[in-house]
Amino acid sequence: MKLAVMVNEGPYTHQASDTAYNFIVAALNAGHEIFRVFFYHDGVNNGTRLTTPPQDDRHIVNRWSELSKAHDLDLVVCVAAAQRRGIVDPDEAKRNGKDSDNIAPGFRISGLGQLIEAGIQADRLLVFGD
Amino acid sequence: MSETKKFMYINRRPPYGTVYPLEGLEVVLIGAAFEQEVCMVFISDGVFQLRQGQDTIDSGMKNFSPTYRALGDYEVTRLYVERESLEERGLTEADLMPLTWEDEDDDWAEKPSIQIVSRAQLSDLLEEQDVVFNF
Repeated sequence: MKLAVMVNEGPYTHQASDTAYNFIVAALNAGHEIFRVFFYHDGVNNGTRLTTPPQDDRHIVNRWSELSKAHDLDLVVCVAAAQRRGIVDPDEAKRNGKDSDNIAPGFRISGLGQLIEAGIQADRLLVFGD
Repeated sequence: MSETKKFMYINRRPPYGTVYPLEGLEVVLIGAAFEQEVCMVFISDGVFQLRQGQDTIDSGMKNFSPTYRALGDYEVTRLYVERESLEERGLTEADLMPLTWEDEDDDWAEKPSIQIVSRAQLSDLLEEQDVVFNF
């Protein structure tokens, strides 16, 4: 089955992104296709490479980046939600006159159309959040 | 894109206090460009999103309630409000913004966008959907 996933909560504060991650791993292992993972609301905070959790805890951001690399996952951060929360890629940093970017490897910033398209293209859209 | 799906946007939180309703509305407006079969649902404290006369000056929050009036222009013409949720909060339809849309198939007649429906009716509507977002 072709699946799309929406993640609506930030890492560590809320278990939603852990649950989404575990679901995706299980779905891939079961042979399903992940069309796209879309990060919205505080979910965009899953995509900053500046995250530095304590060493004895899971590294949620790196875990997403590694999963993306291993399975060629399309990890999309909503641009409007990202701008509110200070998640920027090099292009956005330049466009908005910021002194740096912080997007994590494997993530890209794009618009809400990517979420709607995922809803249309995928057999199921799964939403993880409150 | 030839395929048309049924999209439902469920709103269940009060308009201010969290950013979910504002960002949820942004999804609806962007989604309107994709020409899918769209409806919005307002349940629980979400019914307060459509309350008339919202004033956010003292709280410093952005009053985005005028945006709901634009939904008709985006061809988002079906806003279902749950009757039980209104009643539980002491509200009636008269407390809500009078939202309308213009029906181009009926000589641009102005028609109400808000439909008051029962919890049971909503349950049936939900059953028909392909894609459900909730904010």
